[in-house]
Amino acid sequence: MPVLQLDKLTTNYRTLRGWVRAAEDVSFSVERGEALGIVGESGCGKTTVALSILKLLPSGGKIRKGKILFNGQDIVPLSTKEMRKIRWTGISIVFQGAMNALNPVFKVEDQIVEAIKLHEPDVPKADARKRAEGLFEMVGIEPSRITNYPHEFSGGMRQRALIAMALACNPQLLIADEPGTALDVVVQAQVLQLMRSLKEKLGLGMIVISHDLSIVAEICENVAIMYAGNVVEYGKAEEIFKEPLHPYTQGLIGAFPSIKGEKKKLASIPGQPPDLLHPPTGCRFHPRCPYVMDVCKGERPELKKGGSTNHPVACYLY
Amino acid sequence: MAEVDSIIVAEKLKKYFPIKRGFLSTLVSREALTVKAVDGISFSVRKGEIFGLVGESGSGKTTTGRLLLRLTEPTEGKVLYKGKDITELSGKQMKRLRREMQIIFQDPFESLDPHMVIKDIVAEPLRIQRVARTREEVDERVKQILSDVELQPPEEFMLRFPHELSGGQRQRVAVARAFVLNPEFIVADEPVSMLDVSIRAEILLLMLQLVQKMGASVLLVTHDLALARHVCDRVAVMYLGRIVELGDTETVVRNPVHPYTSALIAAVPVPDPSSKRLGEVISGEIPSPIDPPPGCNFHTRCPYAHMRCMSEIPPLIEVEKSHWAACHLVDRPVAG
Repeated sequence: MPVLQLDKLTTNYRTLRGWVRAAEDVSFSVERGEALGIVGESGCGKTTVALSILKLLPSGGKIRKGKILFNGQDIVPLSTKEMRKIRWTGISIVFQGAMNALNPVFKVEDQIVEAIKLHEPDVPKADARKRAEGLFEMVGIEPSRITNYPHEFSGGMRQRALIAMALACNPQLLIADEPGTALDVVVQAQVLQLMRSLKEKLGLGMIVISHDLSIVAEICENVAIMYAGNVVEYGKAEEIFKEPLHPYTQGLIGAFPSIKGEKKKLASIPGQPPDLLHPPTGCRFHPRCPYVMDVCKGERPELKKGGSTNHPVACYLY
Repeated sequence: MAEVDSIIVAEKLKKYFPIKRGFLSTLVSREALTVKAVDGISFSVRKGEIFGLVGESGSGKTTTGRLLLRLTEPTEGKVLYKGKDITELSGKQMKRLRREMQIIFQDPFESLDPHMVIKDIVAEPLRIQRVARTREEVDERVKQILSDVELQPPEEFMLRFPHELSGGQRQRVAVARAFVLNPEFIVADEPVSMLDVSIRAEILLLMLQLVQKMGASVLLVTHDLALARHVCDRVAVMYLGRIVELGDTETVVRNPVHPYTSALIAAVPVPDPSSKRLGEVISGEIPSPIDPPPGCNFHTRCPYAHMRCMSEIPPLIEVEKSHWAACHLVDRPVAG
């Protein structure tokens, strides 16, 4: 059984001008020991999906339809109290902008202990401290530095400390939102290597959210490409990179400069993402699609297997 | 290393920022602490070329860009613009020069005044430099440049405020503002790093088109080596305030000489799952620029460091035609 399965999740934000349709009919699954990458650009709904999974949506955000199955159990109808039992011990998250997520006036140790005590109140403080030291070792930080303050850590170390905190209660699923952003390429490589080894060592299920295809290619077995709130392509990372089916995916891959291989002409996708208050009819990508047909403007295409690798894609070309 | 057809030359540039210290620490040691942001660099940008200055955060690349435009004063060293030393010029003389030297900033959300409409933002350089005489002239030039950056129809965009535009559109405005005076030299500081990947190419291509059309030269400051590879003619790699390697982009990327350059190239993620960054990812992090390691400042992380590296700063040497590196491993300059 997959550790997480989304079934047509639809999350909207209520605003004075109407519902912002941030994520619609999102379906995917994550297995233990595997990482799923959610790739998309600003406004595509990927962070909304992450917050929906943890039921941490800001006010105005509402899951309107769909199921989120955590180990087979639908967590959408759960109460706040019941959700607290799942957060951190079942599913945890490393937020975007890790460098600023730590409280600057408390020692890092105290923050990790706080996380442990909140979700496992019966654990004595001394044990919690020992666990914190163990976590630091696991993420490659000198355990004695547990008594430091966040400003004494470099950016890369803070990212690791947050990963340690996210793992404090031995969750089965870890969500990492933009783990590479704001980190230098070399430090980023170190952090991603750490995440890959943790995934293998602990049998963690992971969701890696990123606008950066290369990071996702690095550590994810499976990838879901999101555009304007919908999943437009989904499958094994290798298949998608080898044979991108959706025109948006093709555009995205073409827009990425590569340090290896032949120097190619950089491509871009004309136009910009749509306003999600009034998204386009049918396929939301059709105003920017080089292959648009009349049928694309009618009803939104469903995810259907296509191409030689037979992976799901939402496009009338297939 | 100044060449005849250079538009701008940096000569042994240094920028040290003093740090304020608490009273107690001054009791312990009298030594003034400085951040050695730029620690003795020399290079030149040729006319009409796009020169990439690549490095991670803390490498000193942004400070270098600002030094070339004298947006910050050098602690030591000179900047030569069109052969003339501009380091000692007065404010008035610099202002006249600034007609020819412009900058594009990284953050499209911060670099445009939110209280000004687009027309005024783009017209501001024209007004400050008193280049256009009448209101009609200003309007015409603004319309023209907005057309050039493909914000069509320009009349519509002129009356909007920055918050009404997307990130990509805002950056086009920043480009328009930088080019409206027809400058000869532009520093582009991470011009696309805050934009979605799928629109980066568009903005870059636009910049390149304008650069060609106006015959300008560009210093592109970026941490993204893959991007520099696609856009820059030549590239210089900076580490902790110094240039470690310099040369034609394709040469540096395919045949890196300096161990840091190799490590940087190896660390760049590739959008291809079958090519994972295997093997040695370089350990440690960039040391503090307040107390950089002596000698070659990369020696603390270098797999090939030896005694000489810890005490002697390696000079930038030409290791093959038009390819320079600062490393004791390669200390025999190319013959002839």
